[in-house]
Amino acid sequence: MRASLLRRLALGTALTVGLLSGAALAAGPLTYGLKPTRIAPDTYVFEGSTKHFTRSNGGNILNAGFIVTTDGVIVIQTGPSRRYGEEMRAAIRRVTDKPIRKVFISNLHPDYWLGSQAFTDVAIAALPGTIAGIEEEGRGIADNMYRLVGDWMRGTEVVVPTEPVLGSTVKFGDHTLRLIPLHGHTAADLMLLDETTGVLFTGGVVFCDRTPTTPHATVADWLAELDAVEALDIRLLVPNHGHIRPDKACVAQTRDWLTWLDGTLRRAVENGLDMADALELPIPERFAVLDVLREEYRRSVAHLWPKIEQDSLPRVN
Amino acid sequence: MSNSVIRFRSALCRGGVLLLATAAPAVAGDGPADPLGSVMWEALRDQYFAGAPVVFDGRVKVMAPTSAEDTRAVPLSVDATALDRVVELVAIADLNPFPLVLRYHPGTASPYIATRIKIQQATAVRGAARTADGVWHVSGVLVDAAGGGCSAPPASYAQKDWADHVGEVQARLWPAGDEGTARLRLRIRHPNDTGLVDGIPAYFIETLSVSAQTAGGSPELARIDSLEPVSENPVFSLDVRPPPDATALILRGRDNQGGEIRATIPMPPPDARPAMSLKAMDPLRSVGQ
Repeated sequence: MRASLLRRLALGTALTVGLLSGAALAAGPLTYGLKPTRIAPDTYVFEGSTKHFTRSNGGNILNAGFIVTTDGVIVIQTGPSRRYGEEMRAAIRRVTDKPIRKVFISNLHPDYWLGSQAFTDVAIAALPGTIAGIEEEGRGIADNMYRLVGDWMRGTEVVVPTEPVLGSTVKFGDHTLRLIPLHGHTAADLMLLDETTGVLFTGGVVFCDRTPTTPHATVADWLAELDAVEALDIRLLVPNHGHIRPDKACVAQTRDWLTWLDGTLRRAVENGLDMADALELPIPERFAVLDVLREEYRRSVAHLWPKIEQDSLPRVN
Repeated sequence: MSNSVIRFRSALCRGGVLLLATAAPAVAGDGPADPLGSVMWEALRDQYFAGAPVVFDGRVKVMAPTSAEDTRAVPLSVDATALDRVVELVAIADLNPFPLVLRYHPGTASPYIATRIKIQQATAVRGAARTADGVWHVSGVLVDAAGGGCSAPPASYAQKDWADHVGEVQARLWPAGDEGTARLRLRIRHPNDTGLVDGIPAYFIETLSVSAQTAGGSPELARIDSLEPVSENPVFSLDVRPPPDATALILRGRDNQGGEIRATIPMPPPDARPAMSLKAMDPLRSVGQ
């Protein structure tokens, strides 16, 4: 018994030393090491982690992308920090010397737009609801990212998108982009379909092998967004979080999760379970493929439970 | 999380405590050291449990998320049903400007209470149960958090007519289950303002009492002394034991500015089913722990 405790203590010391040397390594210059992957003609993605924001990944949990058109480069999302935006721009420069033509931001969540400082010389486009959301919550969202990932955020400031866009089809040189405005994952979700290549950038509307996040979600509207994706003719689906696939399997996966989540919480509220207990409700086996599962589930309980409960309890005075 | 990781962590905790005790025996106070390693423990122990015997006891189950998503409403439950003859429960958030969250006098109810609380920063959150022999049984968890839950202005104030709705009660009672207790859930419209925002006085619910309406009188079933850290529009879950002849439950309460809360909660309809319990579920079916 005593020997076993000593072994554990020794292991603890070893772990601590390991962590310290890890920290020493991380004290060097921080870099995301962004490398673009060509996923279709003229089309590239910087594939991020499927985890949550951490001090080791610096918030690189997204699939930012760009399309090299004959009329310049279209950038889709600018990443979680100024550093990410700058690295991204440098990496794009290594692929093409064409100028940046326009930046699109799909929603107000931090990893979509906090790299925008690297693109202030071009138009940064977003839906009006996204612009309003960043004006209202941007500062708090940035502060929270400093807390979550620390020094990676150095020098990052809020840049509000400069150009409101609506649903439309726009030609950029040899590429035709369809801008698809939706709402559900957040109050304003912009999807971009490149009709020339069939690549769909879904923003936060579809998650793939990564648990969907719900801080600004209305589940019923989100399910309608998924219907809209199902109706599109596409060749490649690029979710902002998770794996890129040539099919719509992750539309069904996102729908399955949201339907289970909403139904489970509603049943639990209706059956008298308390919110604290709901954090520990069992999650079915089939969702084991979703990364950061329990953590995101618990965040979703915090986002969704209070409203469901408020709507279900009868007034008694 | 696997059991071995939990055991390993607890060994680390004990190791840490050992090292501390060796390095600085003079600063150690009376009684057992805090397994959560909170700097406020000894001061809070002396303030809230003055002179009474205190033990750390895992039979008091405290549930709260390891990370607070909304620091203005962090779910918290304290369950001391594994102990006999509990006369009082308290909830404490160590590093809050007001550490004491509530005192619960379960009376004939089960020693279980759940609510949502404000958290000002990452902190130990505790539940303590006083048994009839005067011993406090303490347990708790660490909750990580971004700052500010206690000093944020209540969202209610953004609505022009908020004052017209203060004291509105939503409630539901489920029938008693196998354990003989009936789940009661209360939601009360109230800013529950801590008074930490400049120029706005504290305005929060102080007492809530649940009694049974019967032909022979209205015996009290349970009472909550609620304080600043309880969330805006507070929600409580209790497990009460209404007498068989109860025709309704009565909620009476008061806030610190003298505002009264009163509501009559109907008994559940005959076809209603008892509240569900997490204990009845099979954790083996779950993934992602």
